[in-house]
Amino acid sequence: MQQPLGEQIRVRLEEDAPVFAEKKGFREAWRQIKRDRFLYALAALPLLYFVIFRYLPMVGLIIAFQNYDPFLGIGAMFSLENFVGFKHFTNFFDSIFFWNVVRNTVLISFYKLLFGFPLPIILALLINEVRITVFQRTVQTISYLPHFFSMVVAAGIVRAMLTPQGGLLNQAIVAFGGEAQAFLTDPNLFRSILVTMDIWQQAGWNSIIFLAAMATINPEMYEAAAMDGANRFQRMWYVTLPSISFAIVIILIFRIGGMLDAGFEQILLLYSPSVYSVSDIIDTYVYRAGLIGRQYSFGAAVGLFKSVLALVLMYMANKVAQYLGQEGLW
Amino acid sequence: MKLSRGEKLFDWINIFVLAILTLFFLIPFLSVVSTSLVSGREYALRGLFILYPYRPVLSSYDMLLGQGSIVVNAYMVTVARVVVGTGLGLAFTFPLAYVLSKRRLYGRVPITMFIFFTMLFHGGLIPNFVLVEKVRLLDSFWSMIWPVLINPWWLLIMRNFMLAIPEELEEAAIMDGASPLVVLLRVYLPLSMPVIATIGLWYAVFHWNQWFDAAIYINDPKKLPLQLILRGILEYGTGQYSDYSGLAEMTELTDPPPAESLKAAMIVITTLPILMIYPFIQRYFVRGIMLGSIKG
Repeated sequence: MQQPLGEQIRVRLEEDAPVFAEKKGFREAWRQIKRDRFLYALAALPLLYFVIFRYLPMVGLIIAFQNYDPFLGIGAMFSLENFVGFKHFTNFFDSIFFWNVVRNTVLISFYKLLFGFPLPIILALLINEVRITVFQRTVQTISYLPHFFSMVVAAGIVRAMLTPQGGLLNQAIVAFGGEAQAFLTDPNLFRSILVTMDIWQQAGWNSIIFLAAMATINPEMYEAAAMDGANRFQRMWYVTLPSISFAIVIILIFRIGGMLDAGFEQILLLYSPSVYSVSDIIDTYVYRAGLIGRQYSFGAAVGLFKSVLALVLMYMANKVAQYLGQEGLW
Repeated sequence: MKLSRGEKLFDWINIFVLAILTLFFLIPFLSVVSTSLVSGREYALRGLFILYPYRPVLSSYDMLLGQGSIVVNAYMVTVARVVVGTGLGLAFTFPLAYVLSKRRLYGRVPITMFIFFTMLFHGGLIPNFVLVEKVRLLDSFWSMIWPVLINPWWLLIMRNFMLAIPEELEEAAIMDGASPLVVLLRVYLPLSMPVIATIGLWYAVFHWNQWFDAAIYINDPKKLPLQLILRGILEYGTGQYSDYSGLAEMTELTDPPPAESLKAAMIVITTLPILMIYPFIQRYFVRGIMLGSIKG
């Protein structure tokens, strides 16, 4: 499970001065390493995992600049004659797919942000106002539930809701005199389905962080507002909302930073050729063209294009957060 | 303080809106549960699925969970994946978190950055696939374990927790003649149990729900986890698994359930363990969000 709110996690790398600051130099370093040899031994295997399964694939990105042939050995990956420079990148930029997948990636992310970002805040505001604890807990528990479904299950539920073979939504439409529709193959509706499903699955979960921010508001602020004659709605609007505005801005910035992840698994499980025009994103294109189509080098190039862009976006988001006085992710 | 009429009205509207939102979160799943209980006869009679079946039957479940069925097999695979993935995940995460929590460690900052960088940038789908192919993990159970062994976020959260354990405890233990290993196992392990339990649960739910790696690495239906059998049944129906005894018997039933009920039952089967432990584990996940924001 990804951490949708992982943006909250700050990783401070240098919170205190190292003990060895006064005495530098090779000899002192060696002495310390020898002293802590047990610790290094403990770290060795887990670090090996990072080397093999996290860094080797980065080295493997070299195939984006080659005509990689899966039947040749590893040596072929480093022999000069296979190199083709930026051929795969320019092929991608020139292809008819380029604008389509970039547009879909950005648009789907944008719609998810536009409709999916405010709702958790509203949900948190409403939950925060509930005075009956049992009701409050129940609402919260139910609202998180879809977050714990795997994407296959969630997509399965959406399919079951929308199927023309008696899905709940179509039944309702038929009951009101309409005609059953094949929702998932309609290009006009597909993105709306993605956005709605995303809200259904994540809104409750994403509200947690705002509720936590609300829990830190000083109750005296509400009392003072009430003294001044503010009604409940006014207190919500003039006390609660401004108090969490900083959290809202920071989370929004990091959501924008992660914009190129438009929901690969979700789309892969729901789309079909009839809606490719509106739903094919960079990730699904890499999967189809690169992996299924066995164009490894081309797929790696498109993937690298996205990874680099995503890194730049995240870097900028972090800079903006720091500029606003937040410590940022790093 | 007595509530004014306006305040009461506000409360009622608030509760009403929240109730509607709650239904929006809940109804899709409830409707799948009811669909899974519809019999073929009822389907033929009423034509459509309903919010609740008139005469609920378990025939869909009987069919899917029959002796030697691929679903039962996949259940075993998923349970094995959760147990091995969580166990090894913790066995690798805990020592590294411990090491990185030692402020005196030479090179601690570069090592932490080495790990942190993997959260910002990764090789991506194709290089990962090529790697798994090269290390001969294709079509192996271990392709679902090794590539996702350690989650860097969770590692750093665990490290943050352990940073808060006072170093005096270690010094005292060493004074008493404890070896580094004893310090780790007798002092730090017990004190870290809360964070180990929390992150263990995260690994378990992650491994239960994870599907895409198996989708690209594993071909043999006998090695597929539950999520992928569900995906297969959702997209192509049960026909493709008819070679596997349990599902073949379905044609012999007198009142076979409709295809939509089978799909729904498969969704419920796949989610049931999560649902059963959900009320108990929920707070550990919520707490995790807070844990993450504790300063490093």
